[in-house]
Amino acid sequence: MTTSPYEHHDYDVLIIGAGGAGLRAAIEAKQRGLTVGIVTKSLLGKAHTVMAEGGMAAAMGNVSEEDNWMVHFRDTMRGGKFLNNYRMAELHAKESPERVWELEQWGALFDRTKDGKILQRDFGGHRYARLAHVGDRTGLELIRTLQQKVVSMGTDVFMECKVLKLVHDSDGRVAGCVAYWRPTGEIVTFSAKAVIIATGGVGKSWKFTSNSWEGTGDGHAMALWAGAKLIDMECIQFHPTGMVWPLSVRGLLVTEGVRGDGGVLRNSEGQRFMFNYVADMFRAETAESEEEGDRWYDDHAAGRRPPELLPRDEVARAINTEVKAGRGTPHGGVYLDIATRRSAEFIRRRLPSMYHQFMELAGVDITRESMEIGPTCHYIMGGVQVDADSAATSVPGLFAAGEAAGGLHGANRLGGNSLSDLVVFGRRAGMGAADYVESGQGARSFEMGEVEGAVREALAPFERTSGENPYDIQRDLQEMMQANVGIIRTGSELEEAKVKLEEFVERVKNIAVKGGRAYNPGWNLATDLPSMLTVSRCTALAASLRKESRGGHTREDFPKADPEFAKFNFALSSDGGNWDSPVSAAQSALLAMPDDLKALLEEAK
Amino acid sequence: MADVTMRIWRGDSSGGDFENYTLAQNEGEVVLDVIHRIQATEAPDLACRWNCKAGKCGSCAAEVNGKPRLMCMTRMEDLPEGPVTVTPMKTFPIIRDLVTDVSFNYAMAEKVPALLPPPMPEGGYRMFQEDVERGQEFRKCIECFMCQDVCHVIRDHEDNKQHYAGPRFFIRYAELEMHPLDQNDRRELVREEMGLGYCNITKCCTEVCPEHIHITDNAIIPLKERVVDANYDPVAWLGRKIRRRTKRTPAEAAVQPAP
Repeated sequence: MTTSPYEHHDYDVLIIGAGGAGLRAAIEAKQRGLTVGIVTKSLLGKAHTVMAEGGMAAAMGNVSEEDNWMVHFRDTMRGGKFLNNYRMAELHAKESPERVWELEQWGALFDRTKDGKILQRDFGGHRYARLAHVGDRTGLELIRTLQQKVVSMGTDVFMECKVLKLVHDSDGRVAGCVAYWRPTGEIVTFSAKAVIIATGGVGKSWKFTSNSWEGTGDGHAMALWAGAKLIDMECIQFHPTGMVWPLSVRGLLVTEGVRGDGGVLRNSEGQRFMFNYVADMFRAETAESEEEGDRWYDDHAAGRRPPELLPRDEVARAINTEVKAGRGTPHGGVYLDIATRRSAEFIRRRLPSMYHQFMELAGVDITRESMEIGPTCHYIMGGVQVDADSAATSVPGLFAAGEAAGGLHGANRLGGNSLSDLVVFGRRAGMGAADYVESGQGARSFEMGEVEGAVREALAPFERTSGENPYDIQRDLQEMMQANVGIIRTGSELEEAKVKLEEFVERVKNIAVKGGRAYNPGWNLATDLPSMLTVSRCTALAASLRKESRGGHTREDFPKADPEFAKFNFALSSDGGNWDSPVSAAQSALLAMPDDLKALLEEAK
Repeated sequence: MADVTMRIWRGDSSGGDFENYTLAQNEGEVVLDVIHRIQATEAPDLACRWNCKAGKCGSCAAEVNGKPRLMCMTRMEDLPEGPVTVTPMKTFPIIRDLVTDVSFNYAMAEKVPALLPPPMPEGGYRMFQEDVERGQEFRKCIECFMCQDVCHVIRDHEDNKQHYAGPRFFIRYAELEMHPLDQNDRRELVREEMGLGYCNITKCCTEVCPEHIHITDNAIIPLKERVVDANYDPVAWLGRKIRRRTKRTPAEAAVQPAP
């Protein structure tokens, strides 16, 4: 069917990305008897999923018997400031327990309750102790379990292979992709009847980020170029607790589990300032005094939860405000203190990798001293617009799941809802793609013209004898996005960002790279920059249009939430389908929620 | 702060040599930070692998002053004064500069017979913390492959890679053997095909493990004992015959499809 001049592979289902969502999708499609290929930019088992620490949210009710999917649904919607796709939130809350138990059949070893069930921990925004976990390395457990399962099924994995662009068939269905091998720089093409985007996030476009080099928004961008829509791209989660010192590790994540296990936030005056930042929406269920909050840790019936465990957007904004008011630490953060509140033995057992991380990288013993922390770019709620049940995008043959998909988390994600998202919607994407393939609708040709265009663009930096170093462009982009499209935004800065992003597009067209194609990080970065710019443009545009503050989008010039803006998502599309094509936005109405689910939210108010 | 000189091996499978880069040192930096600054300025094509930069993914293993280290967790200030030498892991074939071909490890992973648990009861399995803890220690492994790099059975004898899984996979086999739910028996496989007997417990692997897993004491030695029991101990043999939960034979385990 295809005569590619390059190394070529053909699959029923091709999955781009080998984090939790991609691997879970692969298992599902493989179990349906289809041929499955996974393409990943890194080695298998290194995806950003390993960075997840605290746990995966699932209303199993092992610790709090009162917990059930309805409470989890309500918590997710409230945390997302009601911008969520309700159907995704419903499926997620209903299906995540099954997905956790399934991992145990594949070898995962979660921490246990005294009676041998999976232990669950408290986390911000979750009404009950809900996060299944393994100490503070739950993401590693998830990815290793899925990786071992995928390998045991004999799935083909293409490691260190970077996808440049999706390819269509002559009828406009997605038909595969064009990529290159990082070790050799050689081009490789993949044809497939269905393609699943599971490429994770976009955080590498910010200066202070918890994301690895891979978080360049490749999947977001290539889906947009291929004709799909992106929603909620203005909603970026700045995790409240990233390391702030030493500078070289600024942004590195400090798990929310520290607060779940008793850690509190203090300013330079020693005050537990979070009591001053409780929004009306959360007042009824938040402790009024330190004593009440402290009682809650021992017995959830004896008090209400402390304000340190409010959703992440609330906590991140509060920290930002304290630092701006001059009550920050010497390195521009606030203090996270667990040393004075829990025994050294407890801390080392519950938070081993945090203990290790601070000891080795900052020389700080968290069993004796406070940590200095501040917000860090962590996660994008926005992503490819999908059908909740099938993970299908608006482009036939294209599916998306995990951080690359939008909708589940609305304007703000609750901690612990990401790992469960990966397995719930990874599985659904695998099912959706398999149904599509089995129904015989899959692509029938492979447009080589699209391949050649992408290859030409990717190799152009080698042709230029003079031009810019891609690392300079990346650094400038990160600084600009941090300054203009950061945690607190304002109209004039966003307009400036939009103008500057157009200048960055021109700069990227003038990149020159040194050396050959084999394992050349400079060139690899040059091929990541088009995606970074595409997603940055989407974020800046949507942020300028959303003239209100909601979740992971805070406008200094519009500090309040506006109910009119709660009725729709901004859906972005590409006018032209190339990386440098303009991006436009339209309002996309939220799905209407059935009355029985509405009632769940009403009861909670 | 004073300048630092980085002596970095550059080249590919056809050969290479050291190149020196001298640059300012910043407070609190790790080796990977300095490598990144060299990439961003003098040598954008300097190849190195990394992902999380937090000691959680195991991608950036290399040899710093001759010792296997995660570059992201090695603080410059903790190294002795003078030039810092960075070379790729010696046991694996070179791709380019600091990047090696670690596919040997992925090939070994494919040979591991999967966990075989009994059907799951309603509401999930019951397991107790003290029973899962042994396996949890081994599941801390971040697959940096430094234990494989430093293991002299394969570091000095390329041929042994044909029939030697190495410490990373001995902890994997130990984890499965000690898993409260597992019904497969991999002991014969580990002895016959994974070369457990080649390990003479010099503990080099344990010393380099960035997760401080007691590879030798908690995994390899108990695994050796189990394998020996399986072969030579008539009481253990009888015990297996009358055990409540029967394990699969090695031949069955090797081909066992996952549940």
